[in-house]
Amino acid sequence: MFVVTPAYAQSNPTEGTHSETGAHGAEPHGGGMFPPFDSSTFASQILWLAITFGLFYLLMSKVIVPRIGGILEHRRDRIAQDLDEANRLKEEGDEAIAAYEQELADARKKASAIAEAAREKAKTAAEAERVKTEAELAEKMAEAEKSIAAIKQKALADVDSIAEETATEVVKQLLGGSVTKAEVADAIRAASGK
Amino acid sequence: MSNDPIHQFQISKLVPIEIGGLDLSFTNSSLFMVATVAAAAGFLFLTTSNRGMIPSRLQSVSEISYEFVASMLRDGAGSQGMRFFPMVFSLFMFVLVANLLGMFPYFFTVTSHLIVTFALAMLVIGTVVVYGFWKHGLHFLNLFVPSGVPGALMPLVVLIEVISFLSRPISLSVRLFANMLAGHITLKVFAGFVVSLGSMGALGIGGAILPLAMTVALTALEFLVAFLQAYVFAVLTCMYLNDALHPGH
Repeated sequence: MFVVTPAYAQSNPTEGTHSETGAHGAEPHGGGMFPPFDSSTFASQILWLAITFGLFYLLMSKVIVPRIGGILEHRRDRIAQDLDEANRLKEEGDEAIAAYEQELADARKKASAIAEAAREKAKTAAEAERVKTEAELAEKMAEAEKSIAAIKQKALADVDSIAEETATEVVKQLLGGSVTKAEVADAIRAASGK
Repeated sequence: MSNDPIHQFQISKLVPIEIGGLDLSFTNSSLFMVATVAAAAGFLFLTTSNRGMIPSRLQSVSEISYEFVASMLRDGAGSQGMRFFPMVFSLFMFVLVANLLGMFPYFFTVTSHLIVTFALAMLVIGTVVVYGFWKHGLHFLNLFVPSGVPGALMPLVVLIEVISFLSRPISLSVRLFANMLAGHITLKVFAGFVVSLGSMGALGIGGAILPLAMTVALTALEFLVAFLQAYVFAVLTCMYLNDALHPGH
């Protein structure tokens, strides 16, 4: 049915009985078969496939698959663990930043409170100083006013006597006569409208 | 003889063994099955022996293939399907490494023999059937009775479902076998053209450039096919296992 190969004819003598039946062409066994359809090799192929593949499967399921699976799982765990660690560290960092910010805000508040207190204190002191100074000034002013009033009063009191003297003198010089002090005083009083 | 494209699929006995009239010889096919298992298991075992937290390049390859198959199975059969992970991973690695080993010149391609791919397919379907009945009892037969089908059509639909289920092992095995077989024959035929044209003198050597370029391109394609068929085999395995886990449509 397929190409009959001289190669197979050569290898046939080792097969003994098979080659003889094959040579007669009636049997599908042996002979010049297309190799993949030569059923005389099937038993051997199935047996050796079973042995080799069975061993391979055993090796795979008992050693290789658990090993590679273990490597991959170990790596996956390790990566997950590292990610967790990174997350934890990040959270810690965030907390530290928050604490720092909080402390900074507190310090700022405290500083401003201290400044406020100092300002308040200085203001109070200045105010007190001012009040004191003002009081002193007012006192001095009052004293000054008092002395001015006294001087004024004194001066005003002297005005009449000066006027009398002046008038007496003026009259004496102009009229050559003399007037009494009482007369002059009356005149002045009349002149000044008192 | 060396130009015969079928010769590469020849099975030759290395250690003749015969038990009870059955020929169970250790053949070149058996040798490459052993080589496939040794290469796949050896690679996965040695590259992961450091269990590096930060994987080396080769360890990455093992891990990527693990996760590739794991996500394939999880997408195809849900998280419950992960109980079949060692089987699907073994199938994928076995088929992939067998296909790739077959790309070496003079190497035998284990998966180019129908009986091998059929045995692997029957392993999958057998697992589906056994697990399906064990887990769901006769409810597993709901697989063949899609919901929401009008009563009159039901027998026809059930018949189609049964046929489609029965054809699964055939399509699963023939797809892989035929791809590997056809790819290797094509490669061999084009490479043969290079040799026969090259022996025809100056003009022949000029003309041989075309099949040579074709051979190079086909080699690249075959590497793709080698991976793709392993992938397809594993994906379909996942889908069939999904039926065993969730038989209701």
